[in-house]
Amino acid sequence: MARIDVDLCGVHLDNPVIPASGTFGYGYEFADLYDIDVLGSLAFKTTTLNPRYGNPVPRIAETASGMLNAIGLQNPGVDKVIDEELPKLRNCFHKPIVANISGFSIDEYKEVASRISKEDQIGFIEVNVSCPNVSGGGIHFGSDPTLAKEVTKAVKEVSDKPVFIKLSPNVTDIVSIAKACEEGGADGISLINTLIGMRIDIRRRTPIIKNVTGGLSGPAIFPVALRMVYQVAHNVNIPVIGLGGISKAEDVVEMMLAGASAVEIGAANFTDPFICKKIIEELPGLLDSLGVRDIKEIIGGCK
Amino acid sequence: MKQGIFEIKENKQIALNTYRLKLKGEGSNDLKPGQFVNIKLEPYFLRRPISICDVNDDVLTLIYKAVGDGTKTLSKMKEGSLDLLIGLGNGYDLSKSEGKPLLIGGGAGIPPLYFLAKQLRDQGKKVSVILGFNKKEEIFMEEDFKALGCKVIVTTADGSYGIKGFVSDAMKDMDYTYFYTCGPLPMLKAVYGLCRTEGEFSFEERMGCGFGACMGCSIKVKDGYKRVCKEGPVFERKEILWQE
Repeated sequence: MARIDVDLCGVHLDNPVIPASGTFGYGYEFADLYDIDVLGSLAFKTTTLNPRYGNPVPRIAETASGMLNAIGLQNPGVDKVIDEELPKLRNCFHKPIVANISGFSIDEYKEVASRISKEDQIGFIEVNVSCPNVSGGGIHFGSDPTLAKEVTKAVKEVSDKPVFIKLSPNVTDIVSIAKACEEGGADGISLINTLIGMRIDIRRRTPIIKNVTGGLSGPAIFPVALRMVYQVAHNVNIPVIGLGGISKAEDVVEMMLAGASAVEIGAANFTDPFICKKIIEELPGLLDSLGVRDIKEIIGGCK
Repeated sequence: MKQGIFEIKENKQIALNTYRLKLKGEGSNDLKPGQFVNIKLEPYFLRRPISICDVNDDVLTLIYKAVGDGTKTLSKMKEGSLDLLIGLGNGYDLSKSEGKPLLIGGGAGIPPLYFLAKQLRDQGKKVSVILGFNKKEEIFMEEDFKALGCKVIVTTADGSYGIKGFVSDAMKDMDYTYFYTCGPLPMLKAVYGLCRTEGEFSFEERMGCGFGACMGCSIKVKDGYKRVCKEGPVFERKEILWQE
């Protein structure tokens, strides 16, 4: 059987499959469904300095091969995450965690990063500069190379763990943003977050989502994500985590061929809560059938 | 929550736009009234949450209205199997009902009350039911509730059957110790305004996953935010906060 373990910034992962932030809560609820220690890692729900209740409902709309969401970074705040959520996760997950964080100012990013990176369960910091559903935060910092670099620098200063910057596809030139993060000292790049979209209820003539717009995810965005991962991976010298619409083992291989060192699975967890486990189980056999002995061989292997 | 493949045994129209789906599969005997299942339907991305109407020897009965693309597609499936997530949501708390529970259902909110009525009856409770519809052609399950021994009152908005008006019009004269309700939001608000005892409301919201992962269905209640799919869909009267 093919080997599926990978290395991410010097951290060994048993496999490249990571549930994406915002699609797996703080992980422990999925432990009721299966042994989540089979995962490569897991990215927990975006955590901010203060608790956030998020946007009014409806927050969800279905689309062709995907969905829109406008949750609005609902989370209990970093202190509660450290005091309550991480201890619950400690009982069922024994691998380095991806701590996804966000903020509404550079200082907030810094504060959350400095508190969370001290926790021994945390293996990586993933900085969300790409949430499309909050005003004044998230995507604001990921749409401008200068700001993206500043956030990266600030978080790097206070983090003991490798820092990934999670980028938005809602920009004119993804490569320039990724390069700015690399210059700011980022250890890696995660992409893509959701694409901004909208649906209208034709009877009521109102947006389906109360926030008017939401972030598009699901298989519909996979080709866009793949293209951006390919572009970024060819233009930076730091590892890339590829995500956006991955829903099967073949998609993982495709994303890694485009240049991803690991992958995150997002919306697919909503329609099949067992999808990460299934993909991990299918990967070795799929690689065997492709004549691949070690998954690391295929990273960036698209000719 | 469990995932299972269920075989379609029956999928039949029983009233205007209303269908009864019977599914056979393992695990359905552990389900509670007020819980729901989430059905995968091709080619749609998100699953369709439908409340449980009855459970009998690993046969699950669901009654649903064909209103959107998904449920219309479902209504055309006469055989084959379906991928279900079962055992979702908290369900009703039967212990609080005391002797004379009142069940108030409107339209597509009626089916879960049947499963509830059956269990309340088995506990020896004297169950009354108010069923609200828009018009006569939409009426379903009236006889099923009667067969359980419940006192049944039907209302229609256009007066084509039973009491003319809404469930709230029929509530005034009822004698009850506790109530359970499920139906459209305006109906729930009317029930909230008229009820004279404690009780439980079952809510509906657009869901992403149906099992607590996406936070898509979080609503504000008196002590913070709760997920309709996980801490709900049933909420006690005293914890509800109505939003605009």
